[in-house]
Amino acid sequence: MNSKTQNKVAIGGLYGIAGFVVLILLALLGFILVSGVPQLSWHFLTAPGKAFLKGGGVGVQLFNSFYLLILAMLISFPIALGAAIYLYEYAKDNWLTTTIRTAIEILSSLPSVVVGLFGFLFFVVKLHLGFSILSGAFALTFFNLPLLTRSIEDSLRTISDVQREGGLALGLSRWETVSRVILPAAVPSILTGVILSAGRVFGEAAALIYTAGQSAPALNFADWNPFNISSPLNPMRPAETLAVHIWKINSEGIMPDAKAISSGSSAVLVIAILLFNFAARYLGKRLYKRLTSA
Amino acid sequence: MKEEILTTQDLHLYYGDKEALKGINLNFDEKGITALIGPSGCGKSTYLRTLNRMNDLIPNVTITGTIKFKGSDLYAPNADTVQIRKEIGMVFQQPNPFPFSIYDNVIYGLRIAGEKDKEKLDAVVEKSLRQAAVWDEVKDHLHESALALSGGQQQRVCIARVLAVSPEIILLDEPTSALDPVSSSQIEATLLNLRHDYTIIIVTHNLQQASRIADRTAFFMNGELIEVDQTKNIFMNPANKQTEDYISGRFG
Repeated sequence: MNSKTQNKVAIGGLYGIAGFVVLILLALLGFILVSGVPQLSWHFLTAPGKAFLKGGGVGVQLFNSFYLLILAMLISFPIALGAAIYLYEYAKDNWLTTTIRTAIEILSSLPSVVVGLFGFLFFVVKLHLGFSILSGAFALTFFNLPLLTRSIEDSLRTISDVQREGGLALGLSRWETVSRVILPAAVPSILTGVILSAGRVFGEAAALIYTAGQSAPALNFADWNPFNISSPLNPMRPAETLAVHIWKINSEGIMPDAKAISSGSSAVLVIAILLFNFAARYLGKRLYKRLTSA
Repeated sequence: MKEEILTTQDLHLYYGDKEALKGINLNFDEKGITALIGPSGCGKSTYLRTLNRMNDLIPNVTITGTIKFKGSDLYAPNADTVQIRKEIGMVFQQPNPFPFSIYDNVIYGLRIAGEKDKEKLDAVVEKSLRQAAVWDEVKDHLHESALALSGGQQQRVCIARVLAVSPEIILLDEPTSALDPVSSSQIEATLLNLRHDYTIIIVTHNLQQASRIADRTAFFMNGELIEVDQTKNIFMNPANKQTEDYISGRFG
């Protein structure tokens, strides 16, 4: 076989593999959407669930998913940002930073069910937070923190060192250079990372089953006092999310239309995550364009 | 007799064990342009970067000797690097505007220093860009991104950015080596404009450039200062054989 034919075979093989991957993805998405989208309706998206009867919705679960996501992001983003800035902009290479980096690596490869069980023992039991949104948010923070830290660190790495030198040579302090030059320049890429990790958090189930709980008490959407138990904002109430809901219906759902609800929920979840991904690309590109070109 | 604004005495610099500067004694008068020339790796850029402590950013660098700016030791334990770099600005080889608007680039130093007066900022932007000889080209696009400019314009905006914090000394590390000839000559014209108001120290690979713009030229080789004199003397009548060989293109 001469090198030209070899080249053709190699390219053909790579196309084949890539095509196969795309095909699997499309088949999966297609299956979920085709079986799920017909179940979707305004009622389905907003109504509370029913335990034994037909016609329940996922309104509460959908709200819980977003609320948990926002809380988890509020907790994890500042910590991840601080950690990433420290690690990339300030830390020297020594045993301490090597240890921190290794810890982050290990934390990021921890199975999420282990994170969930740790969250159960520590937040739910030890700290008496119970099955609550707060416990779930903390567990998600543990799950999210290493991924987000690494993604922000990577964003900082994309900003060239000549920018740092430029800032310092202008008589800015290290912190001014980081906060006023490097961070604004890194915003588009940081934002993309945040939204992508939001997608992962949104779809997370295992870490939440034992922390945020598996029940979704009906909420009174007219009551926004976070101290009332039926208020949507109450962080101490148990809160089943969409992903947990899917798992639960499929393992022990006893409503007659369990199959349909599961398909519909899956479609909502997949659509939401797709939206996150598209939003990340769109916003990242747009912000970058606005910051860099005329 | 002019004042000596910057003096270096017996300056040694080591990267780890390697001695990159081997005892440099070189002083700079106030105002005017001094060019640092020499073959690649001779230490001229390294030397330049000791003058505003940019080498601090590199790990494993050891510096001995004395550098004094207006009589005060730049490397004294209580020296304030932030203040030093405000007074001794630097322009780099690669134009490095921040990814913001031209206006924001120029006033960045001032704004962070807390200046809020819009009229004053506007005035500084215009003055600095005029001094850097780029005002006419960018005055209608001040609020567009500096990254949309050509390389030569970006470099002049970077010079304006340094001017805006009103330094006394401007260090330039091969500011034209990444630019085309037309942009280079614009930068040279800019520097000639500034030589009466600032002390300018420029590292350049381009001997013609040194002979065109510099009042004084210093020749470096292998980490040593071989010769420093009026530019005319260095190019027409060098005292040292090595200088003569380099100038006449026998090596380097």
